[in-house]
Amino acid sequence: MRLPELPVDGAAEAAARFAQVADPDVAYTLEDSPVGRLLLAGTRRGLVRVAYAEFEGGEDAVTEDLARRISPRVLRAPARLDEARRELEEFFAGRRRAFDLPLDWSLTRGFGRRVLQATARIPFGQTGTYASVAAGAGSPRAVRAAGTALGRNPLPIVVPCHRVLRTGGALGGYTGGLERKRTLLAVEGVPLP
Amino acid sequence: MARDLTRRRSWSSDVAVTPFQRFLDEQRDAVWRFLVAAVGRQDADDLFQETFLAAMRAYPRTTIDNPRAWALTIAHRKALDHHRARARRPVPVAAVPDAGALDGHAVLEEPTWEAVRALPPKQRACVLLRYAGDLAHAEVAAALGISEEAARRNVSDGLRRLRGEVER
Repeated sequence: MRLPELPVDGAAEAAARFAQVADPDVAYTLEDSPVGRLLLAGTRRGLVRVAYAEFEGGEDAVTEDLARRISPRVLRAPARLDEARRELEEFFAGRRRAFDLPLDWSLTRGFGRRVLQATARIPFGQTGTYASVAAGAGSPRAVRAAGTALGRNPLPIVVPCHRVLRTGGALGGYTGGLERKRTLLAVEGVPLP
Repeated sequence: MARDLTRRRSWSSDVAVTPFQRFLDEQRDAVWRFLVAAVGRQDADDLFQETFLAAMRAYPRTTIDNPRAWALTIAHRKALDHHRARARRPVPVAAVPDAGALDGHAVLEEPTWEAVRALPPKQRACVLLRYAGDLAHAEVAAALGISEEAARRNVSDGLRRLRGEVER
């Protein structure tokens, strides 16, 4: 006995409507930018993750990491990231010098968080050093640890770790590769070494 | 006794957690097909939303052994609620335009799925999960909390009844 074939057309639209009504613990979206594809993720508290999608293993790897570290209720729900997307667009267009988004720091801890919060205080168009953010975090001698914390920045661009250079002005490293660091500094008009 | 396919695997910190988005991507077509068969296209969308909202609320931190069976178990419960609600407040058939004709998908409303919907509840559930959900008898049994033998019997009884109705 054969029952009629069942359609799948309609399933994609139903899933899209679901993304509009669901209220996931972690909402994310993928956006193109001058520094490549970005995955933006937010909790109800604020923006929790900015990831260079190609650089960090793609959508699957980044969302798996969020599922493990925050909550498995991770859903592509772009509307919840509207504000983040808009502020980033303005930043890349040269129309925004500071981000006003609420941030969720829950992917950071202890000294690492203090380093990143010190980094967030470096103004647009200016630079700090690994030593200065270590000092800002309360441990002036923990320069190497500060570098490690910056390398694990879960919120690049918004927490501007690209503004941190080596003492003497060398570029140092960057979470998304040095090419991106150069692009971001160029957006801010910082002369490159 | 049917094995519980929706059981959660024992927790371990290195077990990869599947983000809900991937679960949705992987199960959405099966759930959609099942619901179109179970309640018709017209109501499938609402139940699809309810199914995945319930799935997200219950979504575990651990790996689900059989995600498709788990998703279809929830969809089945939503379809069952829907049938019960309809049975409580029957609507005059003449007043309701045919759902298929209404949204231009008359082909979905072929008599056989309609006939499946008219089966007694156990047979209906078993036939839908087996043929619209494409679950094995053991999975149907787990979804409904009945023995595999009972699932098999309900499927064959349902099919026999359908054949009778279809050939009539």
